[in-house]
Amino acid sequence: MSLHATTSQTVGPYLHIGLTWLIIEKLAAARVPGERISIEGRVVDGDGKPVNDALVEIWQADSRGRYGTKSFRGFGRSATDAQGKFHFQTVKPGRVPGLAGKLQAPHIAVNIFMRGQLKQLVTRIYFPGEASNAKDPVLALVPADRRATLVAKKVTGKAGALKWDVFLQGRGETVFFDC
Amino acid sequence: MSEIIGYRRPAPGTQPDYLFPPYASTVQRAPTQPLVRLPHTQTELTGPVFGYDEVKRGDHDLTRQHAGDPIGERIIVSGRVLDENGRPVPHTLVEIWQANSAGRYPHRVDQHDAPTDPNFTGCGRALTDKHGRYRFVTIRPGEYPWRNHYNAWRPAHIHFSLFGQAFLQRLVTQMYFPGDPLLADDPMYNCVPDERARRRLISALDWETTIPEIALGYRFDIILRGPEETPMENKR
Repeated sequence: MSLHATTSQTVGPYLHIGLTWLIIEKLAAARVPGERISIEGRVVDGDGKPVNDALVEIWQADSRGRYGTKSFRGFGRSATDAQGKFHFQTVKPGRVPGLAGKLQAPHIAVNIFMRGQLKQLVTRIYFPGEASNAKDPVLALVPADRRATLVAKKVTGKAGALKWDVFLQGRGETVFFDC
Repeated sequence: MSEIIGYRRPAPGTQPDYLFPPYASTVQRAPTQPLVRLPHTQTELTGPVFGYDEVKRGDHDLTRQHAGDPIGERIIVSGRVLDENGRPVPHTLVEIWQANSAGRYPHRVDQHDAPTDPNFTGCGRALTDKHGRYRFVTIRPGEYPWRNHYNAWRPAHIHFSLFGQAFLQRLVTQMYFPGDPLLADDPMYNCVPDERARRRLISALDWETTIPEIALGYRFDIILRGPEETPMENKR
């Protein structure tokens, strides 16, 4: 049997009605092992204006590189505020298998939904100062001058705090994937 | 070495591009740089699981969330969630949202001069059963104007959000109603060139789910992306 996937449609401007009953900005309970991190960012459109009606969903492995364990589901959902800001508190994911059995650098998968997108944007968050980034099979597919858009930045003076902004268009446009 | 079996890429003309100028707000929001083709790794082939601790029994009935009955025509919307290989997608989260019968959302952005309904929020959710079936009770949503172009009106629709079992099965779509004359001029509905793909967004009046003297039933089956079939020679 061969079918075609249903056509994607936009979430529209009223997405909050259906989707914000499930906001998960703290992914890891206190007992979950791993390095505590926080990720904060802004979504900005082609006119440099904050996108105040986006929904950012993340999917990640636990600190040992396992997906969907009993104690750590690994799913987060945050809606942007008037400044286009979203945020998550979680643990840094471990490395998971990539292509041909090679490990990937630690990363978080991201889906972004908003009015004006007929289907979700797909991107990834990588971690700063991570030696394995240089050998990551997915980063290797990204033009070198654009890789930095996928790597979060350290916030100075705050342990574990990271900043990762999403630029939909223009200078520093974030890399998006054809998934 | 275990080869990962990826998911099928979309058939031409069945999924929208990001930039689609007839839908005006795509112009400021669509990526302008080429997309990078992502191989399917364990990250994309796994996904979150939701359970009954989150989805409660009555969440599928949008007509019973307040003290009184909402205004409008009660309907039942049901269907199956399958993958592209025809396999049911069991126990997956389905979230819906919609306007009330007057075409109004209880949302600060919605300034359309139509009444809100204190007995209707327009938000529901359900888990599919082991056969991939879901069912909602709601009221038929109204059409409403929007400012995309002169005299623009959205056809009646219900928003659907689905997770499936993998990150790359995640789908948000809209369900339409049969025979709606507004579909012909709706940029959302017309965002893909494949006419058969568009038609699959239209539900069908369904006598099996219709309850006599209670509510008309509409059937809306949803197809999520499916894994590539394993080539025979790779099977152990």
